[in-house]
Amino acid sequence: MTKKFRLRVAALLVVALVGGILMGGVMADESSELMFPVPEFSDHPIPTASVPEVQGEVTPVLDVAILFVALCLASYFTLVSRSRRNVLLLTIASLLWFGFWRQGCVCPVGATQNVALAIFDPTYVVPLTVVAFFILPLVFTLFFGRTFCASVCPLGAMQELLAVRSIRVPRWLDHSLGLVAYIYLGAAVIFAATKTGFIICRYDPFIPFFRLGANTDMLLFGSCILLISVFVGRPYCRYLCPYGAILRVLSCFSKWRLSIPPDTCINCQLCEDVCPYGAIHPPTVTQSPERRRKGKRRLVTALMLAPVVVLVFWWLGTALAVPLSQWHPESRLAEQVRLEELGVAESTTEASDAFRGSGRSVEELYQSALSRRDDFVTLGGLLGAWTGLVIGFKLIYLSVRRRRDDYQADRAGCVSCGRCYWYCPVEKVRLGLIADVSEALPDGRMPTGPLVQLTVGGKKS
Amino acid sequence: MNSEKQTDRRGFLADGARVAGVVSAGVLGGFLAGRRGQAGENLWQIDPDKCVGCGNCATHCVLDESAVKCVQCFDMCGFCNRCTGYYTLDGLDSRDTAAEDLLCPTEAIIRTFVEGKAGQNFYEYTIDTDACIGCAMCVKGCALMNGSLYLQVMHDRCVNCNECAIAVACPSDAFVNVSSDKPYRLKRVALGVMRQKAGKADKAAQQLIDQVQADD
Repeated sequence: MTKKFRLRVAALLVVALVGGILMGGVMADESSELMFPVPEFSDHPIPTASVPEVQGEVTPVLDVAILFVALCLASYFTLVSRSRRNVLLLTIASLLWFGFWRQGCVCPVGATQNVALAIFDPTYVVPLTVVAFFILPLVFTLFFGRTFCASVCPLGAMQELLAVRSIRVPRWLDHSLGLVAYIYLGAAVIFAATKTGFIICRYDPFIPFFRLGANTDMLLFGSCILLISVFVGRPYCRYLCPYGAILRVLSCFSKWRLSIPPDTCINCQLCEDVCPYGAIHPPTVTQSPERRRKGKRRLVTALMLAPVVVLVFWWLGTALAVPLSQWHPESRLAEQVRLEELGVAESTTEASDAFRGSGRSVEELYQSALSRRDDFVTLGGLLGAWTGLVIGFKLIYLSVRRRRDDYQADRAGCVSCGRCYWYCPVEKVRLGLIADVSEALPDGRMPTGPLVQLTVGGKKS
Repeated sequence: MNSEKQTDRRGFLADGARVAGVVSAGVLGGFLAGRRGQAGENLWQIDPDKCVGCGNCATHCVLDESAVKCVQCFDMCGFCNRCTGYYTLDGLDSRDTAAEDLLCPTEAIIRTFVEGKAGQNFYEYTIDTDACIGCAMCVKGCALMNGSLYLQVMHDRCVNCNECAIAVACPSDAFVNVSSDKPYRLKRVALGVMRQKAGKADKAAQQLIDQVQADD
C-alpha cells in the first residue's frame, strides 16, 4: 500500500517535472525573446497593428495605354502627317507626363534591367507594366523607326527641347562615342543579372530634374549632360542610352521610317545642316576605281581584324573581374570586413557593423565574395567579348560603302524628331506655306554645289 | 537592274529580321508574363529582423516624405513607463515631454496611460503614421528593450521604383522583394503571437497575417 502510494507520488512528481520543463520551455519560447512581457490589462485588449493596402498612383493598365497611344501618335506624326509641330507638342506632353508627373519611372530604358534580371533570376517576378514598357517601343521601332525616341521618351524629350545650338560632332568622334552605349548596355545587363544593381537607374542624369532631388554628384552629372545637350544634340541618347542602342539596331530593319522623299528632293542640303544629330547623309559621289579597290582592301582587313578584336577584349575583360565584382555591395562589405579583421581599417562602416550584428560568419561572407569574383571572371570576359564584337561590327560597318542618290536619314541614328520637315522647302510647298521651293532657300539660291551655311536651330526662314 | 535586285535582297533580309524581332519580343513577353501566374509582382519591403535602424530610410527615399514608416507591434510591446523608444536615455528618468527628452523628431509617437498595476504604470505607444518620417530613432531605441517598433515600406505611398534607392543605401541588406499578395513582414517573434491571436478569431490579427509574408 505504502509502496504503491510512493510509486504514485514518484510518478506524479516525474509527470509534474516533465510537464513543468515542457511548460517552462513553451513559456520561455514565448516570453524569453521579450525583455519585458506584454502585460495583461483588466479592460484593455492589446490592439493589433494595421498596415495599408497596396495602391499605386496610376493603374498599370492606364500607364501602358498612355504609352501605346503616345507611340501611335508619334508614329502618325512622323510618318503620315509629317508634322514637326505636332511631334514637338507630343514631346512636351511626354516630358510633362512621363517625366515630371510620373517622375521618369517606369521607363523602357530602365525596364531593360528588370527584363535582364527576370531572365536570369527565376524567383524575380517582373511587373507586367515593365514588360509592356520594354517590348512596346521595340515592336514600334521594328515597324516605324525610332518614333519612341522622338517624342515619347522623357529623357529624349528633355534633350530634344534643349538642342538649340547644335554643333556638328566630327564623324570619327561620333562613331567612337556611339560605342559607349553598347558597352553600357552590356554592363547594365550583367549588373542587373547578378543583382549587383540597376546602374541605368542609378546613373540616370535626368532623374534629379524629374524628381527635383538628388545627391550632388548626380545633380552635377545631370547638369553637365543638359548643358552639353544645348551644343551637342541628345548626348545621352547618342552616346550613353542603352535602350537607344537596342533601338538603333532594330531601327535598321524597320518597315517604314522617316524619309526625305527622293523624287521631290531638290538637294538643297538644308536638312543635313539642320539635323542636330548628324543623322542625315548627303548623296555619295562616284568613286575612282583606285579608291574602290582601297575600300575593298579595308573591308577585308576589318573582317579579319574583328575576331582578333573580340579575343583581345575578351581577355582584357577577364582581367576586370575584381573591379567589376566590387560593384556588388556584398563584395565591398567582404573587403571592409577583411580590412577590419587585419586591423588596418580606419573605422567600421554602417554595413560592417550591421554584418557583425547579423550573426553571419566571416568565412561565409568571404566564400560568397570569392565565388562572386570567379563569376565575374566569366562575366567580365563576356562583357569584353561583347565590347570587341561591337567594335568589330563598327569597323566592318564603316568599311562597307553605301551608295546614296539622295539625301537620306541614317537608319540607326535618326530619332524621327522631324526637324528636317520643318526646314525642308519641299515640305513647305506641300503644306501650302510657300508657292515655290526657292522662297525657302537663303537668297533664293538653288544650292547644287557648296554648303549652304545656315545657323542650326536659328531662324525659321 | 543590279541595284534593284540588291534592294530586294535587302528588303527580304529586313522583313526576315523584323518577323524574327516581333516573334522573339512576343516569346520574351510571354515567357516573362507566364511567370506572373505563379505569384504577384514584386514589391519592396524591409525585413524587420535584419533592419538596424540606420536612418537611411528617411533620407534616401525618392519621395519627399519617405514611404517607410514605423509600425508598432503591440503584441511585443511591454507598455513600459520608461520607454527607450519614446524617451532619450537622458529623458528616461525625468520623463518630461520636452522635445530634448523625446526621441521622435516629429512627435509621431503618442503616449497614453492605460492602467496602473502592482505599483507600475503602463502606457500605450501608438504611431501617428502621417507624422512619421521613418527615421528609425524610436526603432533603434526600442531595440534596447523589446523591439516592438519596426519599419515597413507603406504600400499606399511606395511608388515601387525599379531599384529602390533606400535598398541601395541599406547597410544591412534588409530590403527584400515580396509578392504584392503579401507585401508586408513581421518580426519572427511576433509571427507566432499573431497566429495565435488570429486563431482566436481576432479579425484585425487575421487581416495583418493575410498581408504578411512569412519565410517559414
